[in-house]
Amino acid sequence: MSLLAAITGAALAKDLRLEWRSKDAINAMLFFALLVVVIFSFSFNPTAEESRQIAGGLIWVAFLFAAVVALNQTWARELRNQVLDAYRVSPAPASALFLSKALGNFIFVSVLEALMAPLFIIFYSLRALGPTWQLIPVSALGTWAIVVNGTFFAAMSLRTRSREIMLPLLLFPISIPALLATVNATTLILTGEASAKVWIVLLLAYDVVFTTGCLLLFEIVLHAE
Amino acid sequence: MTDTDATHPSSLSPVISVNNLVKYFGRFVALRDVSAVFDAGRMYALIGDNGAGKTTFLRALAGLTKPTRGSISVLGNLDIHSVCRYFGYMAHPSLLYDEMSGVENLRYFSRLYGIRNDQRCAEVIRLVGLDPQLARPVGQYSQGMRQRMSLARVVIHDPKVLLLDEPFSNVDVSSAREIVELLAQMRDSGKTIVVVTHQAQLLEGAADEFVWMREGQIVSRTSDSQSSRREPEER
Repeated sequence: MSLLAAITGAALAKDLRLEWRSKDAINAMLFFALLVVVIFSFSFNPTAEESRQIAGGLIWVAFLFAAVVALNQTWARELRNQVLDAYRVSPAPASALFLSKALGNFIFVSVLEALMAPLFIIFYSLRALGPTWQLIPVSALGTWAIVVNGTFFAAMSLRTRSREIMLPLLLFPISIPALLATVNATTLILTGEASAKVWIVLLLAYDVVFTTGCLLLFEIVLHAE
Repeated sequence: MTDTDATHPSSLSPVISVNNLVKYFGRFVALRDVSAVFDAGRMYALIGDNGAGKTTFLRALAGLTKPTRGSISVLGNLDIHSVCRYFGYMAHPSLLYDEMSGVENLRYFSRLYGIRNDQRCAEVIRLVGLDPQLARPVGQYSQGMRQRMSLARVVIHDPKVLLLDEPFSNVDVSSAREIVELLAQMRDSGKTIVVVTHQAQLLEGAADEFVWMREGQIVSRTSDSQSSRREPEER
């Protein structure tokens, strides 16, 4: 367990260092998400009440699309100079690499969300009528649902010719239950119409199931030719 | 010239045993029924023309390519991944992160082998003739420096078997000779070294055996690079 934690920590630190130096993923994500917010705000001109009804969907679709940009970058840097082969010939567990990548993506997408949330509030004049604190677990669980599957499918599509196209094709259908739960939970918190707890529990269950599945299957994906 | 059995030239203890290895890529046969044994404490130069199957063979030994048929036993174990901590693999690309310095790269790769001693990184960088204080990212290294750093990555965990693909490519002759000398020292310390190269003459006098591959097969094993270059039907 300590070896797994040590290797995960080392790989995560390496990814954060590489991203800090290149800013490939974060810049692309920010620019994309910013564009989506601006385009949506010009396309719709909702009242405050309408904003609360549609904002959940808009926010999470924007984050999902932006996350795909980061997810595609995740493994791209492992392909340069075939660095992934150095990991494959080492005794380090595959799950450590997967966890570090998923955690790295979680951090990148969370930073994006933290930066974009104020913009959404301003552009859509948002004010939550429900318990605002619940947005924190919804955001964390929803983000993890996107990145855990995204990291896995990005690795799966690594060796395909058109991996940028392949990732959304694989990720979006499987993310529908998580996206549905996240959007509904966010909308309920913003409108204050009902409790979002059922959706939060559903998200939690989704995360547990898919994290376990991805961890168990990642070794096959890593060592596939 | 000392021409030997293409399968096994001596009675030394085998570190790698390859039996009837076949590898298909689609309908293309990259390796055709290759059988070979590599012994401890010896240096082997794997030579042959482009497309002879050298890199595929080396990748199969490293466990990076799964054979279509046949088996590979490393240190008496058929599951290569379970003994992967005992070998080091150097590919044609550097297998290093261009955006990080040499020390940062080695520190990361050493953690994968459970090594937490940063002194070891500096030691290995000095061993390959580079300066551990060098803060430049590897992407700004010359090709020769990159090859040396790549070799440092290979030996960071003190492996018993070294699998090296073109370690002298784009390296000037004096640097290449220094690398050969270093490899000879490692061989003398008991390591088994398999070097894929097009510059066999560099290993003349250092390699114990020259293994000649052609069309996915080992066609001869000799003690010098000149005799190995002769086609088997000519002899």
